[in-house]
Amino acid sequence: MQITVNGERHDVQATTLSALLDEMGYDATTRIATAVDGCFVAASKRPALALHPGAQVEILAPMQGG
Amino acid sequence: MTLFYGTELTSRLMLGTAQYPSPEILADAVRRAGAGVVTVSLRREAAGARAGQAFWELIRGLDVPVLPNTAGCHTVREAVTTAQMAREVFGTDWIKLEVIGESDTLQPDMFALVEAARILTEDGFKVFPYMTEDLVGAERLLRAGCEVLMPWGAPIGSGKGLNNLFGLRALRAHFPDVPMVVDAGIGVPSHAAQAMELGYDAVLINTAVAKAGNPAEMARAFAMAVEAGRMAYIADPMEERDMAVPSTPVIGQAVL
Repeated sequence: MQITVNGERHDVQATTLSALLDEMGYDATTRIATAVDGCFVAASKRPALALHPGAQVEILAPMQGG
Repeated sequence: MTLFYGTELTSRLMLGTAQYPSPEILADAVRRAGAGVVTVSLRREAAGARAGQAFWELIRGLDVPVLPNTAGCHTVREAVTTAQMAREVFGTDWIKLEVIGESDTLQPDMFALVEAARILTEDGFKVFPYMTEDLVGAERLLRAGCEVLMPWGAPIGSGKGLNNLFGLRALRAHFPDVPMVVDAGIGVPSHAAQAMELGYDAVLINTAVAKAGNPAEMARAFAMAVEAGRMAYIADPMEERDMAVPSTPVIGQAVL
């Protein structure tokens, strides 16, 4: 299905958020946070989070800040 | 002693981690500042990119408490979601809440800020709201559950110092028991000393250190200014006057 990840369109096989992270090659040990359609999804909730066509996924990592 | 949500910091200088020429210079600046807190953020990162992980390891190695921010957020929803993501990534319920209302000055949107602060404090966050020096806004933020306030000195990155001394003095006087941090706009150490002399409990600096020719040396200069300003505040400065008062005694002066 077609979804948007960090502002870019992707055609993915995954149907859950955790499967999406695997499919896109995110290392399970990497420190990231996720949101779908503007709502935070905790790491523990990723396996149960079903993706839908057109879903807007954000994957964020630590970064310098002021 | 000043407690920020029950925590006493080792220093009243809070330091941002952005815009340094290299990670090594950042680490050096944090050490030389003896920073009591470092601020951090979250950004998009592609799979396989290791910048976020490397940054996180650098920060952990510094052993300084982190204060994640919601920089770049313009709505309550963006700020709340970003705060929730930051809590999970950084493992802290402290959040520097920024909700920007005007893009030229990066002025906080006080209305959205109060709403976001209320939602986040109800969700267990310890909110450090980046605000204007507005007294009514401050009162609303405290009512929303904030126990710390962070008024701006001047627009972020401007280096202009304390733009509204009267406003900052009034804010300090109205809420004498609330820990308050001057955040943003400080350009040189004398600005930081001035904020501390007014009785502010801490200052947060980023650009003024990161963009200095020698960030580590500037970090040290800020640390000394913050300490001097705090010491001066405790020592109770003299009253300012319009007219001169001779400091040398006039009694016994010769008539020549």
